[in-house]
Amino acid sequence: MANNSLLKSSIAKKVAMALSGLFLISFLSLHFFINLISVFSADTFNFMSHFMGYNPVIQFVMQPVLVAGVIFHFVMGFVLELKNRSARPIKYTNYNGAANASWASRNMIISGLVVLAFLGLHMYDFWFQEMIYKYVDVNAIEETRYFPELVHKFESPVRTGLYCVAFVLLALHLWHGFNSSFQSVGFDNKYAKALHKLGYSFAIIVPFGFIFIALFHHFNQI
Amino acid sequence: MKLKLKIWRQPNAKSSGKIVDYFVDGIESDMSFLEMLDILNEDLIQKGEDTVAFDHDCREGICGSCSLFINGEAHGPDRGIPTCQLHMRMFKDGDEIYIEPFRAKAFPIIKDLVVDRSSFDRIQQAGGFVSINTSGNPVDANTIPIPKHDADRAFDAATCIGCGACVATCKNSSAMLFVAAKVSQYALLPQGKVEATDRVLNMVAQMDAEGFGNCTNTGACEVECPKGISLETIARMNREYLSASLKG
Repeated sequence: MANNSLLKSSIAKKVAMALSGLFLISFLSLHFFINLISVFSADTFNFMSHFMGYNPVIQFVMQPVLVAGVIFHFVMGFVLELKNRSARPIKYTNYNGAANASWASRNMIISGLVVLAFLGLHMYDFWFQEMIYKYVDVNAIEETRYFPELVHKFESPVRTGLYCVAFVLLALHLWHGFNSSFQSVGFDNKYAKALHKLGYSFAIIVPFGFIFIALFHHFNQI
Repeated sequence: MKLKLKIWRQPNAKSSGKIVDYFVDGIESDMSFLEMLDILNEDLIQKGEDTVAFDHDCREGICGSCSLFINGEAHGPDRGIPTCQLHMRMFKDGDEIYIEPFRAKAFPIIKDLVVDRSSFDRIQQAGGFVSINTSGNPVDANTIPIPKHDADRAFDAATCIGCGACVATCKNSSAMLFVAAKVSQYALLPQGKVEATDRVLNMVAQMDAEGFGNCTNTGACEVECPKGISLETIARMNREYLSASLKG
């Protein structure tokens, strides 16, 4: 007689973390692509931002799904962290974690918390202001405002610095998280090695790409 | 060589423990780590003190009894070996060595460095077997063709000695490498496929009931495993579990 308790099982929680992480990675890729456009063409960036900001499917279907995904990933991360801590009530006097695992893999909760704090700032800076602009002040549609708003956010060296630090932590989070997600869903075949390389490349290229974009706009104003 | 040992002493399961300092002298580099502890215990007997309790049996890396956490690592600083095969050449004169029991809620301490790993036995009893009788019947093994690749991987998984180093070293005290090795050992062979669905569901349910933590894929278990059990077994168990959950 099988004891089938999928929803309560440790493996199901692990798979749920992995799938929500992969969903956020796909969103991050799209976000990176749109931000990168801002380096090459203000007009195209404005066009894409306007589309994202006013398309009803994106606004009222994709955006709530994204917010739910972010909340789920963080809440589940905290729940698992608490459970894992309780599995060893008496800690080791001498524990050499660096001997057998990377810093990134052992400190996902730290890198995750920094990214969460950054998301709070980011939501205030862009999403919250956008909601006020559209639904509280009910401003007229202005299709060319996005690029100047973006550039304005990167005027302050402190804000740009915080942005860069957060993305270094995001790089560490992805360094472990990308490949860990595929391991959790049981991905292990002839493409696994290539996928590992892709994961490490993604963890470097995307966060440092975001940093490049921030520094590009910051120094272009000096 | 002369060494300073910092050893976890705990009289019984209910009392609290603490690190106690000891000094040993005359240790040779070709001695095993357990022989070094034997010398310490002989010295303690001479002094009329309580000896340090630690698990050991075959002392040749097969039984999985020894279970020491040495200088922050399960089975000490060497790789691919349990504590009984750790030699004193890995240390140098004057070293300070921390010796602690494997720590996890699911591995309660019995005394000093001895822990109760019967949670592993209960996981095994939940499904880590095949119900058909294969003993004394070699015809069965020879008449079912098994691809070499599968046979090798099943054998690799079967080399797990159930020592618990994976749990001890994991920052989350997860037992997934152990359970995955046992699941993989059978899942890859035709004799094991018959009960594969029940096996993985029951073993994982028992693992969760024992209070082990959750795997976060740090890979520390694979590095510290004395038998080199690979993380690929965990990926296989995850696949087996998801597929069994949908079927069962």
